[in-house]
Amino acid sequence: MSARVERPFLEGWFAKDEAGAHLVGARCTSCGTYYFPRQVRFCRNPACEGEQFEDVPLSRRGRLWSFTDACYQPPEPYIAADPFVPFAIAAVELEREKMIVLGPVVQGVGVDALTVGMPMELVIGTLSETPTERHLVWQWKPVA
Amino acid sequence: MSRDIAILGVGMHPWGKWGRSFIDYGVAAARAALKDAGVAWRSVQFVSGAATIRNGYPGQVAGATFAQALGWQGAQVNTSYAACASGAQALAAARSRILSGECELALVIGSDTTPKGFLAPAKGERPDDPDWVRFRIGITNPAYFAMYARRRMALYGDTVDDFALVKIKNSEHGFGNPNARYRKRFTAAEVAASPMVASPLRLMDVCATSDGAAALIVSSIDYARRVGRGDAPRIAAISTVTPTFASAIIEMPDIATDSAVAATVHSFRAALPAKAYEISGISPSDVSVAEVYDLSTALELDWIEDLQLCNRGEAAALLRSGATRVGGRIPVNPSGGLACFGEAVPAQALAQVCELTWQLRGEAGARQVEGATVGITANQGLFGHGSTVIVKR
Ligand SMILES: [Zn+2]
Repeated sequence: MSARVERPFLEGWFAKDEAGAHLVGARCTSCGTYYFPRQVRFCRNPACEGEQFEDVPLSRRGRLWSFTDACYQPPEPYIAADPFVPFAIAAVELEREKMIVLGPVVQGVGVDALTVGMPMELVIGTLSETPTERHLVWQWKPVA
Repeated sequence: MSRDIAILGVGMHPWGKWGRSFIDYGVAAARAALKDAGVAWRSVQFVSGAATIRNGYPGQVAGATFAQALGWQGAQVNTSYAACASGAQALAAARSRILSGECELALVIGSDTTPKGFLAPAKGERPDDPDWVRFRIGITNPAYFAMYARRRMALYGDTVDDFALVKIKNSEHGFGNPNARYRKRFTAAEVAASPMVASPLRLMDVCATSDGAAALIVSSIDYARRVGRGDAPRIAAISTVTPTFASAIIEMPDIATDSAVAATVHSFRAALPAKAYEISGISPSDVSVAEVYDLSTALELDWIEDLQLCNRGEAAALLRSGATRVGGRIPVNPSGGLACFGEAVPAQALAQVCELTWQLRGEAGARQVEGATVGITANQGLFGHGSTVIVKR
């Protein structure tokens, strides 16, 4: 296997520290509302005029709000393996942030292994590969 | 003062994949609506078009494009874009002009020619665009519908058989509708045998995209009376409200909801009809028939609850009882819905109003809802757009 250069498919959306993988969100310093993705200039809470935000790691764990899978190869800009490998998709509710975040489920875990309400945790995995690159993405994984 | 306007005429070009320009379909629908209204094209004072984004400049200036194709005659013109609610916003523009006294007679029109396959985002790497991001990680439109469907299964105990029953019902309704694209009665076995697209939804649970056009001739109540049409169906309300922060569910094309740490959550879908009920003074118990945006079979059940036609979580039971079939207590999608039409984005919200108009006139043939006096539509598209229209006799 040739060595591929690993890089996140988007810069600055997720990170890894000693505690593990996390999404990088923003938090309004006026009202506390969280944002993901973090690119936000004006707070979208209609009761808040905040324009100052701090980067914050979002909760690494949450509860499965709902889930599905992609049985057909999605269109571009999705970069599919050949042959296409179906994958599950999870919507996970973060308690502290009171928000739901979508993401692919780790490879090898299908919809049969998922139940609404189950605890999930964030990991970093492979989204796609080219001959020279491996593109990383955040993924949801059932808590073991 | 009455805030109603009259629907003098409706017309459609049949839905399908015809491979022609959207202008052709639009003109056919407009001419059908003019004929139905008994109105000459040259007496139309305002042309309100719903934009279609996949057809270049002509689609983005749809009002003028149709006005030219019908023959420039100096009418005032307008074009509206609001994703799936474009047609409703075009209708709202006409209603405002009529109620303000600026015009008496208007043509409202939407038409589309759609590409094959998944609706996909524009090309190029655009990480600032949530639509690009979600397709890059492989989350297509059916994935959102599937997550809503799965949520119903978990919260209310709905089953895939319930979702199939929506398809079976709508295919029975659309079977005799000459404007429907798919006119075939489906069985539970056929739905179950169709390929899985996004679990729990199969191909037959998810709507296609179609070519099609719908047009309305609307007027002031005064005008309708003067031409002996004072009894024509009326538009009692149009709601095109935005969502209210914070979003309760994950909306296409977003990858996250709003955070609700500093605000309560609000359902966008439920807000659309709520505003229309408030505007019209009509209550859910007055409704005789509904046309809802069944992008998926399961979504029809969500809409029935959002329209307050039953309590939250009880739509599947209502469906199983037969109440939502033509002949039942509260028929839903007598036209056959998107299941039988497929979605022609700028035309679809107007097609819903066409169907309600035929229903309220008692001209819907085999799919007629007996004694229908109040109809309601529900529709939702991308980027915080949606609509509800209430039509009454
Ligand atoms: Zn704020």
